[in-house]
This record gives sequence, C-alpha cells and structure tokens, in this order.
Amino acid sequence: MKHPDGLLLHRVTISLGALALIPETTLTVAPGEITTVMGPSGTGKSTLLNYLCGTLAPAFSASGQIFIHGRDISALPIEKRRIGILFQDDLLFPHMSVGENLLFALPRSVKGRHRRQDLAEQALDEAGLAGYYQRSPGTLSGGQRARVALMRTLLSNPEIILLDEPFAKLDTELRTVIRQFVFAHIAARALPTLLVTHDIRDAEAAGGPLLSLGARATDHQS
Amino acid sequence: MKSERHKGSRALRLVPWITLALFLGPVLAGLAATALPAFGYLPALGGDQFNLHSWQRLFEVPGLTRAAGLSLWTGLLATLLTVILVFGFCSAMHDTALFRKSQIILSPLLATPHVALAIGLAFLIAPSGWLVRLVSPWLTGWTRPPDIAMVQDSLGLALVLGLLIKEVPFILLMTLSALNQVPTRETLLTARSLGYSPVAAWLKVVLPRIYPQIRLPIYAVLAFSMSVVDVAVVLAPTTPPPLSVMVFRMFMDRDLTMIFPASAGACLQFLLVAAAIGAWRLGEILVARGARPWMLRGHRKRSGPPLYYAWGGLVISLVALSVVGTLTLGLWSFAHTWFYPLALPSAWTLSHWLRHLPDLAGPALTTLLLGLAAASLALVLALGCLQNERVNGVGPASRMLWLLYLPLLVPQIAFLFGAQMLLVRLDLDGTWPALIWAHLLFVFPYVFLALADPWRAFDPRYRNTALALTGSRLRTFFRVELPMMLKPVLFAFAIGFAVSVGQYLSTIFAGGGRFTTLTVEAVTLATGNDRRVIGIYALTQAVLPLLVYGMAIVLPAFLQRRQERRNR
Repeated sequence: MKHPDGLLLHRVTISLGALALIPETTLTVAPGEITTVMGPSGTGKSTLLNYLCGTLAPAFSASGQIFIHGRDISALPIEKRRIGILFQDDLLFPHMSVGENLLFALPRSVKGRHRRQDLAEQALDEAGLAGYYQRSPGTLSGGQRARVALMRTLLSNPEIILLDEPFAKLDTELRTVIRQFVFAHIAARALPTLLVTHDIRDAEAAGGPLLSLGARATDHQS
Repeated sequence: MKSERHKGSRALRLVPWITLALFLGPVLAGLAATALPAFGYLPALGGDQFNLHSWQRLFEVPGLTRAAGLSLWTGLLATLLTVILVFGFCSAMHDTALFRKSQIILSPLLATPHVALAIGLAFLIAPSGWLVRLVSPWLTGWTRPPDIAMVQDSLGLALVLGLLIKEVPFILLMTLSALNQVPTRETLLTARSLGYSPVAAWLKVVLPRIYPQIRLPIYAVLAFSMSVVDVAVVLAPTTPPPLSVMVFRMFMDRDLTMIFPASAGACLQFLLVAAAIGAWRLGEILVARGARPWMLRGHRKRSGPPLYYAWGGLVISLVALSVVGTLTLGLWSFAHTWFYPLALPSAWTLSHWLRHLPDLAGPALTTLLLGLAAASLALVLALGCLQNERVNGVGPASRMLWLLYLPLLVPQIAFLFGAQMLLVRLDLDGTWPALIWAHLLFVFPYVFLALADPWRAFDPRYRNTALALTGSRLRTFFRVELPMMLKPVLFAFAIGFAVSVGQYLSTIFAGGGRFTTLTVEAVTLATGNDRRVIGIYALTQAVLPLLVYGMAIVLPAFLQRRQERRNR
C-alpha cells in the first residue's frame, strides 16, 4: 500500500455493541487541508476524535488503521501520536502563567532556559499578545485564551491537528476572527487538520472536504 | 429571594452560627482551660498563682525529650509516606480499572475504627502473630516466637504502619473527591496530547491543581498521627511512649497534682503539632518553588509497567493488611486452642463469645446509642448549613473550611482536659449530652465533608420545579431534595457513626469515666494478653460501623427497587 503524506484513516469502523457508529471509512487529509466532520450530536463525532486520540472507552470496538505521514499510530498511546488537539474550552493550566503554559508545551529538545523563553515570547508575539508572558490565564479574555491555546498546541510540534468545536463558545464576531487566526496558522505550517463542528460556517471557512456522520445511524433508531 | 417572606430561611441563617458556636467555643475554651494549670493556676488543687512549676515538673519526667521526638518522628513519617503513597498511586494508576474502583474498595476501610485496625495489625505482625505463623517453622525455622520487637518497636515503625493503613485510604478518598472538582480528564488529555506520559501529566498538571483542596486533610492527618493516643497504646513503644500517651497517663495519674505537668505536656503537644504543620507548609512552598523549573523544562518522561505495579501493589498490601488483620480478630475470638506455630486454631469454640456476651452488651449498646445520636445531630446540622447555602445563596467560603477542620487540627489531648474542667463547672461532666457533644465535635466535620460535594452538585432545577409545583419549601425538602439525596445522606450518616464509634479520648474525658464504649474496652484490654477477649471486643467494634455502612448502601437500593416495582 502506498501511504500519502498527511493523515490517512484506512478502513476505519467503530461500533458500540451492535450499532455501527462509523461505518467503514477511508479518508485522507493532505498537509494544510482542513477536513470538516459534521453531524447531529450522538452520531459519533466525539467517538471518532477519541479513536484518533487512542482514548476510546472500552465499550466501543474499532478496527482499521491510522497513518500520519505513513507512520502507523493506531496502537500508540496519545502522548506518542504527535496529535495537537484544541477543545471547546481552552484548557490553559490555571496553575501556570501564560508563558509557562507555552514552556510546558515546548519539546525537551529545545534546551536552555533563555532559548525556551525566547521561543515562548516569540509565539506570544505572533499571537498579538506580546507582554502577556507573566499574566495568569484567568485574567485573559476568551479570544486571547483561545489564541494562547493554539500557540501552545503548535509549540509542541504536532504532525496533525484535531479541532473539537474550538469556536463554539466564542461569540459570533470573535468566532470569525479566531477562526481566521487558527486556519492561517494551520495553513502556514501545512498541518493536516480534522475539524469537528456543528456550525456550517466553520466548514465553509475551512474550505476543505466535508464528511457527514450519522444520518443512517439516526434513521435506524427513529 | 426575599428572606422576610420566609421565617424558615431566617432560621436557616442561624444554623452555621450555632454550629460554629458548638465547635469553636469549646475548642478554644478547652485550650485556654488546659493552659491555665500549665502555668500553675488551678484553684481546685490549690494552684492560685501563676508560675512555671508545671513546666519544671514536666521537664523532669524521664524520657520527655525522647517522647516528644517520637511524636514528631512518627507523625511526620506517617504523613510523608501517606502523601507519597497516595500521589504515587494516583499518578501511576489513574488510567486503570483498579483506580476507578478504588472508591468502592476503600470506603469500608474508612468505616473501620483505628483501634480495631491497629489491634488486627498487631495480631498479624507480632512475633507470635499470623504472618510469622504462616511461614514458620518451615521457612523461618522459628519453633518459638522470635525475640524481635515487631510491635511496639523502639523506632515506632509499627505505629507508622498502623497509621498508614487508615490514613492512606482517607487521603486517597479525599484526593478522589478533589479530582471530581477539576476537569481532570480534559486536563490530562491536553497534557498527554502535548506528549507527556500519563505519570508526568498527572504530577505536573493535575496534582498542583488539586493539592490546595487536600491540604487541610493532610494537616489533619499530621496532627492526628502526632497526637493519637489509642493507636499508640496498641502499637507504639512504651519506654518512653509518644508524648500524647505520656501526657494522657499523667492526666490519669492517681496523684492529682500530676495534672499540672500534664497540662504543660498538653501545651507542649499543641506547640509541637503547630510547629510541624508550619514546617509542612514551608516544605510545600519549597517543593512548589523547586519543582517549577522541572515542570517547565519539557521532560515528558515515560515510565513503564514496573512502577505502575509497584504503587498498585503497595496500596493493595495496605488494604490487605487491614482486611486480614480484621479477619485475625475473628479467628482469635473463636479459637479454642491455637498453639504456636499452627496457622489455624486446632479447635474452635463459641464459649468465649457466650461467656463475654453479657459484658459486651452494655458497651455495645452505649456505643450504638452514642453513635446514632452524634451522627443524627451532625447530619441535621450539616443539612442545615448546606441548605442555608442553597436557600440564602451563601457560597461556600474557604475560610469556613478552616474552622470546620479546627477540631481535627488541634491535638485532642491539648483541649479535652480543659473542656472537661468546663463541663465540671457546668455540672455536665459524665452526662449523655456532654458525651454526645464531645463526639459531635469530631463527627460533624466528617459528616459535613461527606455531604457537601454531592449536596452542592444537586441540580437546582429539581428544587425550583418542586417549589413551583408544591409551593412549599418543607414539602420540597422532604419530598424531593432529601429522597433524591438519600444515598449521600445515608453515607454521610454512616461515616459519622463510624467516627463516633472510634472515639477514645473524647469518651474518656467527657464521659468522666462513667461511660464504657467498645473502643474504651478494646484499648484497655489491648494492653493485656488475652487475645481471645481482645478479639471479641475489637471485632464487635469493627463490625458495628460496617453494619451501619452496609445499611447505608443497601437501603437506598432497596427503596429504589420497591419504587420501581410499584411503578410497573
């Protein structure tokens, strides 16, 4: 089998007991491409994300393989998969300052306190948050926190990005701005990205392929 | 909500104050009344001048320095090991099925009194105990009990172990409840997606967030470990004993003037505990500061299964020691002949039980009534405080939590004598109300803590819906809120009952020697040598709270099943 660059889901099926949540799916996400996964709640969107992270609850059974740039990650624990995740909540660690949150994400291979700190400051600069290094995450606005969360994910040097409704809690105006910010950074780094959302405008802005989940499963139940 | 419209809500406002008055007053007054004789003032015994003679006499007591050192050493060691074990276990095991079940496995241990566990442990690890019997003589070659001090060893290690088997489950349960207060799963997932191993993720992003919430329980463990009397009587060395036991013996001395040096000793115990808590706080700050660079350097260390099994194994061993120790109590109480080194009695009998049943009935009844009264009262007060939060919209104040913990942070020996003096003044010593109140002091904090989280997590929409439907607060409370919260309410009651059953010092002091509970009997007997009788009392003491605990689990399930059947 030839493995393309980017993310490849190869013949993935996920079921809960007798219910096939995700029927056999093969999907490629090219570097820099944002594929959107949509569907009503309860149709397996978060199940798919959990599967990609390797954190599927034992009640589910899954088959198939996940490749990132040709590397089979299906059996790896989440910390070895090199997946960057952004959730609805920014999940900045409240016991660390903004800068420390970024330091925490930097790989061990970046040595030296000053070099690490410089990189963190640089990331803040890029996010338009220069001078926020010492601030506590709690003192930031929602939009600022979302930007720090993205920079933190990017600093850990992931190979793909998963976006789990990352704009859902932002108000409409802010949503457009942050969406542009996130998508621009993903494009600049050519990261294969999977976006899970309720909001069709997210999908339109992403401009990539669209995967609809769950129509069949819901029909079954009703 | 306007309070003028509801007399009930105004009454509720008073509950926290009544509760505080019931607590703080006696503890502070007790401390003061203990401090007075320490400085020579106790008119009843002719002390009408302030002086330092009490302290001089205290420092002349042989072995005092060693006793104080022993308290400090065993208390700090037990607390440190507890914390290391709990954090090690959580960081290594938080991803496993065992961890998710640990709450169910551990809560019965919380219901078993310290003394019963300590006696069970002594039966297990003594030179002629069950562990030695199991491996003798075929493995050890010991045809007679070895001449090694395994219990009451001079370093106090048996005491430390006896404290660990109770404190590890306690701190672990407190940690589990703290983990429910923060988005643990998402936090861990985020750190792991950044490349951190489960262990590193737990230690770096979860522990720092939950530590503030388990700080007070840890201080309570430290204070308790340094100043416990009952467990120390069973497991600690005797020449000299830890300070608390030494001071207790002086208070109980036939020579009443020993009360003067005893009071000074009680003050010393208080200062020692205060200093240890201060030192622990300092240690926290230093560790937090020192760990910061390590936290941020980007280490994502992975640690494999060996570590994971080691922590799991250690905690399971502690649980096993408690369970098997309690079983040993049962074995001895039914043993007719049990010669060393047989692993099991060679003949069984019911005669010990039959012979001691009449003597057992009195203390058992006293224990039961006392426990039911203290736990019920604590439950009413706790419900009042929590309902006040809900109805009057008062948030849980973190400063209040310190006050709640006060009776658990101040060494019992430091204020119970003074409290007894006050009871004598009020002509209340040795009465049921005094005794129930003394138990309430230690029962209430646990009942409140057990109930607070589930009560605050109750979905307020149920209450609002019920209020709209019934138009009555009382009916809403009794028909909707209480039945829906029956499980945690009964659980809190069971915890309170267990705490009351385990009370030793407070029973002695407030009871004025007129009340004998199972715990008092068990501790008295434990210094003797008749394992069969000790077994009977300690086992009964262990079983009583377990029965109430079992009821707390079975009853809601039973009621629910009956409800479901009726609905069908």
